[in-house]
Amino acid sequence: MKDNIKKSYLLNIVGILSIYLILKLLIGGNVLNRYHISIVIFICINIILATSLNLATGFLGQLALGHAGFMAVGAYVSAITAVALKSSGLPDTLMLVISLLVAGIFSGIVGIAIGIPALRLRGDYLGIITLGFGEVIRVIINNMKSITGGAQGFTGIPRIANFDNVFWITIIVVGILYALTHSRQGRAIISIREDEIASEAVGIQTTKYKVLGFAIAAFFAGIGGGLYAHHLAFLDPKTFGFMKSVEILVIVVLGGMGSLTGSIIAAIILTILPEALREFANYRMLIYSFILVVMMIFRPQGIFGTKEFSLSSFLHKLRYNQIISPRKEIKGDE
Amino acid sequence: MTLFLQQLINGLSVGSIYAVIALGYTMVYGIIKLINFAHGEIMMMGAYFAFVTAVTIGMPFYMVLIVSMLIAAILGLSIEYVAYKPLRNAPRISALITAIGISLFLQNLALVVFKPEPKVMPAIIPKQPILIGNLQIGTVTIVTILLSVIFMILLDQFIKKTKPGKAMRAVSQDKEASILMGINVNRTISLTFAIGSALGAFGGVLYSIAYTQVYPTMGIMPGLKAFVAAVLGGIGLLPGAMLGGFVIGMIETISKAYISSQWSDAIVFGILIIVLIVKPTGILGKNEREKV
Repeated sequence: MKDNIKKSYLLNIVGILSIYLILKLLIGGNVLNRYHISIVIFICINIILATSLNLATGFLGQLALGHAGFMAVGAYVSAITAVALKSSGLPDTLMLVISLLVAGIFSGIVGIAIGIPALRLRGDYLGIITLGFGEVIRVIINNMKSITGGAQGFTGIPRIANFDNVFWITIIVVGILYALTHSRQGRAIISIREDEIASEAVGIQTTKYKVLGFAIAAFFAGIGGGLYAHHLAFLDPKTFGFMKSVEILVIVVLGGMGSLTGSIIAAIILTILPEALREFANYRMLIYSFILVVMMIFRPQGIFGTKEFSLSSFLHKLRYNQIISPRKEIKGDE
Repeated sequence: MTLFLQQLINGLSVGSIYAVIALGYTMVYGIIKLINFAHGEIMMMGAYFAFVTAVTIGMPFYMVLIVSMLIAAILGLSIEYVAYKPLRNAPRISALITAIGISLFLQNLALVVFKPEPKVMPAIIPKQPILIGNLQIGTVTIVTILLSVIFMILLDQFIKKTKPGKAMRAVSQDKEASILMGINVNRTISLTFAIGSALGAFGGVLYSIAYTQVYPTMGIMPGLKAFVAAVLGGIGLLPGAMLGGFVIGMIETISKAYISSQWSDAIVFGILIIVLIVKPTGILGKNEREKV
């Protein structure tokens, strides 16, 4: 059994390394130009944002419509930290990591501050209150002209995010989230999604885990926002409105709530799709929204549902033409 | 004092538009528990229908209003039939995403058909201010308030007195039981969408006349505010939506006039947050205990 786990870890590491090397080769061979690299970086940022929201919405089961608010906090804090560190002469990647950590911690604290009152609510009401908080954060940023540049935007952010560090930060974030959702804490979080009252009855401190999950989601959203700031080198409060939160939620739902790999696949599809439709000019978003509605109608549970895509069982299937799924034995036919 | 009264009347006018749009949100939520994010866009479409009928055909105001409400009702019906009906038994969040998809679709449809530049809405209501003492009240304001109140009373009577109205209340209370009582649930839901969309278009027409502009993204903010209004009053409750609409309109106008126009959105959402924390079901909502 242990051998199996070791083997699947090894497989995943090989898989990630080969994706990295292929992309690196393509960039080195000028197959991917700067525009393409920028898309790859946006995919990574969207993966971080979507997987972190998936923790709150998919695994914890709490509808959150204000994720862009945490992203905005992270983006601005990270930008301010990096500007302050600019003259210190630190290497770029170290500066990026420090800024991102500060941003993540700050967003996490905001997440706790919002989570404690908001998580008393359930379902749609929670969605609405997080929407409200997201909008309030945006208006506050818009009005703190001396610090954030207000509606004119924040300029002069060091452009220290590049393909390499963004790629590895994304891998680390997804790895941490994967480990978390498969840990004891993660199981507590999932049990709250399945039945809050029952999990409380078996001794899980639901409030603690709800706030914890929410704060971790905010932490990683802050990191995603920070990367966004250091990639674009310009921030405009308008981009962090309600529609941004919705965009992230769409990735999560389309990928499957409670499936990290689903979020990754959906983030790739939904970041490339609008770019690929660019030649249709004005019809681009029309087609995008049409596809979105059609996908939702035909696959309401998302691409993966709550299942994860696993490289080892995929290879196993290729070899023996069947998928081994440990869940199948427990749950019966599903 | 005059200025304050003037602001109060403005608030009443904005509030009545929010209230009418909020009614559409609340009716749909009450009956299928869906936050219909496309409602703001139906309002926007209503404004465009009004623009087209007023400019190209040159209809008088009441005809413009009736025609755009009718077309919007048909639009709402078809959206329900195409996009929401297949998802009635799907997870609720999928329906929510579909609603968002429809809202994006309508926005971009308007962008492609009518181009992004704002269109100037012709003054189909004559703009003579009426003087009461020192108070100056525009005819648009008076027409808005009067018509909104009339529609609210009509809707209230419809829900309370008529058979389809009673069916709506029954379905929103218990879908299964109402099927057993011989109510055609699908038709009732369609009717709710039609009425809600017509009211949304009504709000859109008056909003575009009051602000003299029509553009593809005009539905987002009023839609969001009306939604906040519906939640504030207690979502699913018609009187709640009306009360919430007037409260939000008042708060917005007063805070724009006396505090700061930049912060007015934060104040509106801040009040929403406080109300939700203190009384999650809204001002008029009843608390329901969850049973194991």
